[in-house]
Amino acid sequence: MKKRILAVFLVLAMLACLLCACGEATTEATGSSDETTASSGEPQVTGGERESANEIIVGIPQDLDSLDPYQMGTAGTREVLFNVFEGLVKLSSDGSYVDAVAASHSVSEDGLTYTFTLRDGVLFHNGETVTTEDVLYSFETCAASTVNESVAAALSAAQITAEGNDIVITLAEPNSDFLAYVSNAYITPADYTDQGTAPVGTGPFRFVSYSVQESFVMEKNPDYYGTPAYLDKVTFKIFDSTEAELMALDAGSIDLCAHLQYDQISTLNNGYTVLDSTMNLAVALYLNNGVAPFDNQLVRQALCWAIDVDEVMAFATGGQGVKIGSSMFPNFTKYFDPSLADHYGYDVEKAKELLAEAGYPDGFSFTITYASEYEHPYGDMAAVIQQQLAEVGITVELEPIEWASWYTDVYQGREFESTLVGFDTSVLTASGMLQRWTSNADKNMINYSNADYDAAFAAAQASQDDAEQTELYKQCLEILSDTAANVYIQDLAEYVVIHPSLEGYEFYPLYILDMSTVRYT
Amino acid sequence: MKTKKIRSAKWNSFTYIGGTLAAVLTLLAVVSIFWTPYDPTAIDAMAKLAPPSAQHWLGTDNLGRDVFSRIMDGLGTSFLIAVSVVAIGCIMGILIGSLCGYYGGVADAILTRVCDTITAFPAMLLALVIISVIGGGQYNIILALGILFIPSFARIVRTEFIRVRNLNYIQSARLMGVGDIRIMVCHILPNTIPVLLPAITIGFNNAVLSEASMSFLGIGIKPPQASLGSMLSDAQSYLRNAPWYALSTGCAVALLILGFSLLGEGLQRSGRRN
Amino acid sequence: MKYILKKLFALIITLLIISFLAFLAFSIIPGDPTAKILGMDASQEQIAALRSELGLARPVLVRYWEWLTNFLRGDFGTSYDYNLPVGQMLADKLPVTAALTLISFVFTVVLAIPLGILAGSVRNQALDHIITAVDQIFMSIPQFFIGIIMCFVLGLTFRLFTPGAFVSYTQSWPKFLYYLLFPALSIAIPRIAMTVKMLRGSIKSELERDYVRTARSRGNTRRAILGRHVVRNAMIPVITFLAISMAEIMTGTIVVEQVFTVPGIGRLLISSISSRDFPVVQAIVVMMAAWIVLVNFLADVINQLVDPRIRLQ
Repeated sequence: MKKRILAVFLVLAMLACLLCACGEATTEATGSSDETTASSGEPQVTGGERESANEIIVGIPQDLDSLDPYQMGTAGTREVLFNVFEGLVKLSSDGSYVDAVAASHSVSEDGLTYTFTLRDGVLFHNGETVTTEDVLYSFETCAASTVNESVAAALSAAQITAEGNDIVITLAEPNSDFLAYVSNAYITPADYTDQGTAPVGTGPFRFVSYSVQESFVMEKNPDYYGTPAYLDKVTFKIFDSTEAELMALDAGSIDLCAHLQYDQISTLNNGYTVLDSTMNLAVALYLNNGVAPFDNQLVRQALCWAIDVDEVMAFATGGQGVKIGSSMFPNFTKYFDPSLADHYGYDVEKAKELLAEAGYPDGFSFTITYASEYEHPYGDMAAVIQQQLAEVGITVELEPIEWASWYTDVYQGREFESTLVGFDTSVLTASGMLQRWTSNADKNMINYSNADYDAAFAAAQASQDDAEQTELYKQCLEILSDTAANVYIQDLAEYVVIHPSLEGYEFYPLYILDMSTVRYT
Repeated sequence: MKTKKIRSAKWNSFTYIGGTLAAVLTLLAVVSIFWTPYDPTAIDAMAKLAPPSAQHWLGTDNLGRDVFSRIMDGLGTSFLIAVSVVAIGCIMGILIGSLCGYYGGVADAILTRVCDTITAFPAMLLALVIISVIGGGQYNIILALGILFIPSFARIVRTEFIRVRNLNYIQSARLMGVGDIRIMVCHILPNTIPVLLPAITIGFNNAVLSEASMSFLGIGIKPPQASLGSMLSDAQSYLRNAPWYALSTGCAVALLILGFSLLGEGLQRSGRRN
Repeated sequence: MKYILKKLFALIITLLIISFLAFLAFSIIPGDPTAKILGMDASQEQIAALRSELGLARPVLVRYWEWLTNFLRGDFGTSYDYNLPVGQMLADKLPVTAALTLISFVFTVVLAIPLGILAGSVRNQALDHIITAVDQIFMSIPQFFIGIIMCFVLGLTFRLFTPGAFVSYTQSWPKFLYYLLFPALSIAIPRIAMTVKMLRGSIKSELERDYVRTARSRGNTRRAILGRHVVRNAMIPVITFLAISMAEIMTGTIVVEQVFTVPGIGRLLISSISSRDFPVVQAIVVMMAAWIVLVNFLADVINQLVDPRIRLQ
């Protein structure tokens, strides 16, 4: 009998050894790949296959929310569809607006009348020619949409008419941001209703197929009026986490991957090229100013004092990126005020005093919601904040949810206490970042309401003097910081990793993945 | 005679090994309530994804939390859920099964039919449906799985009640005027124990597996509460740089299930022998 | 024939009940979908308009009937999150999950039957113990953990495949099937272990029957008896078991698709559950339930065909 027991034990021991042996063998294998270049040879083989077909696969870490240009709400969707849709003018990588569907544009001296001359013979992806009718339809649809509020508001306030081959837009008052809004009014065929399933635009790439949670495929638009795209086909492959994306990148099954962070690229060793920039995001612990206790400014300020942003960054993003201090990102140097980053220091005592003054001497508890797809860095940041706030007696619960429910419940539904996320701007203007915190804005997810802020913002919008306007916008940023609207953290460092035989990738000051300039060498 | 000896040795070894494994893991789970080597939620910047060492037996995770402590904590969660689920399933199952088996009739026919249909579906799928309607979290999981586990227990108890109800000693007890409830509780119920014990271990395993799967899928236990399933889902992300995190967590789940299934196997064999 | 007809009738009734329950669970209990579609800022008129557009004001049974007939026609409604027809979303994913289920099933049958017969005919006690122990171990490892081990060992170490680099069948069938081999194996391994255990037990008990002893006494070799009689009889319960396995395998795909990031029905189900996209969840759940009921029905029929004794029960 003892023998039997012994036999079974031996088998178990053997299996355990086998498992261990597997473990050891693999750590050795991954360790040794540092010195040899053998592992980097493999991706080139697969890349070569795609190189001869002149196509690439791009990894994106979240699904698209809609293919309809007037329904898409997330930056991750806009950056992909930038390749398919164009406005009368479009953003170029240096931040200026260049003519696209319009051949030329001019502004009257009083800044009230914009005239766009339609480019001749621009074809939609379905083969039809773009007419002024299509343009008017597009402006109407865009103005009626709810997703991009600032664009819709600007367009609805304008008078748009067609005169021959010209589109004439008359404003009630001058608006220095107007061209940015026009670039967001994507031109689509009049009365075409299938944008949600088969989008048709005028961009350098045209839509081929889309499969939920899987991929978005587009191919070169052969009829493109401008510089044609170099690549014949681009597949955006959807991953549910950046880690899965990295694994595929490391193995060479994707060719380009943007929005990566420092600790992620540091583990790659497959010979890919790494390009770096910042992400143009205002990452913060956004507080719902509409619910207790965050409706109390003292509590919000206490949170700012109790959170050590430098430590949060050290943990979650390897200290890479830039501290922001308010709703503006550093690449937008015109408005960014570096001094706000240190408006609050790290001072536990001060935080406790403020909490006591606010009536919470023993702290309170609240929930941080974040999209589980962004476990890194947002989940990591949340965990550090959880620890730091415990010091002042505040209990934090973490609630990771799917990006899609984050969008509907937190962003649209405003059902949250606090959330970790980064905001970008869809139009490259100060108001793109700041309009959302005015009291009545639809996008005012945090229910921020401050009369001074609203006044300063309105004054900035109305101002015609550039210096004065800039000053007023900066004042808005200061108010956000003073009233501790949110606990501002940082703009993330961004890295783009591309296949070594690809070149021509261009960074934009907005969240954009322009594929038209990417090419094989 | 020889064959008999071997057979007894066989069930002994199953029960012995399984029991030991289950006991050790149970002990870890119970201890985790009072003490873990490190605070399972304490993050440590200096030791992110550290490999196993003398300080951290199973290494640390992406935030420098001690994996061994977290596994202990996760085992505690698994146990809490599995035990509650089995308790609900078993108690309700005994109640329904005994009444159906003892009295029979239309109610029995309908309930049996319903139970058969429910057991035809994988518990995980039904649990997903319930969770998608009522939402996740510890108590909802216990409720959903608990309800789903009732039919399997009810079926076993019912079969046993039908078998025993017509035996002579029950008939004579009834003739002597012993009440139904007394007959059921004192005379028939003890007979179901040999078949109930293996069923409990199987139910326990299914509960552990279902909870781990759902947490792995991100619709079960919510962080920061430690759960082996959600830990494993986290750990999968770090498979490239910290394989020990995933392997140790996964092994904990596998060993827990193995322990109880060996125990169940042993109990079943001993039951059959008797 | 009568037996099959009776079972078929029961099948249809069960399907109707399930579809009604699914309708109740996802169309009635979660409450008004207008809030989810229109968001918080919707006006009363908008809500009223949408309610009448969705036909929410009519009696439950009428709505159920309409939903059912639409469902049978392939109209599963529109996803809240993607604004796409659910039917179209499922049509994309169905081939993936079907292929995965089928490959797993083939693995299970092809590997489990020979292994089970082998295990059942082993006479060496020590070897028998080892087989039982190994079998028990494989049965205890959750499928998602097998998947993770496979990603780690076969994917990252031996580089046989790249975890996450799924290739769609629209691009390349061979690459698609190759990638699915690994998740399919992860699903199959515990099923194989269970089938082996079952077949082994079945053969062992069959070997103890009288007719085996009779055949032996007539001078037949053990191997001949095994091949000619025992295996055949022992297979009867196993066939049913395998048929029902199809249901378990499908549940397995839900978890394993997540591990290998295979964009199939399972991943869609999970993401729809967490984002409360009920039309999608509802359609998938009804389809999966129908599949399980169908498989059970087939198991009954097969069982009855191979073993006529059941008819008498």
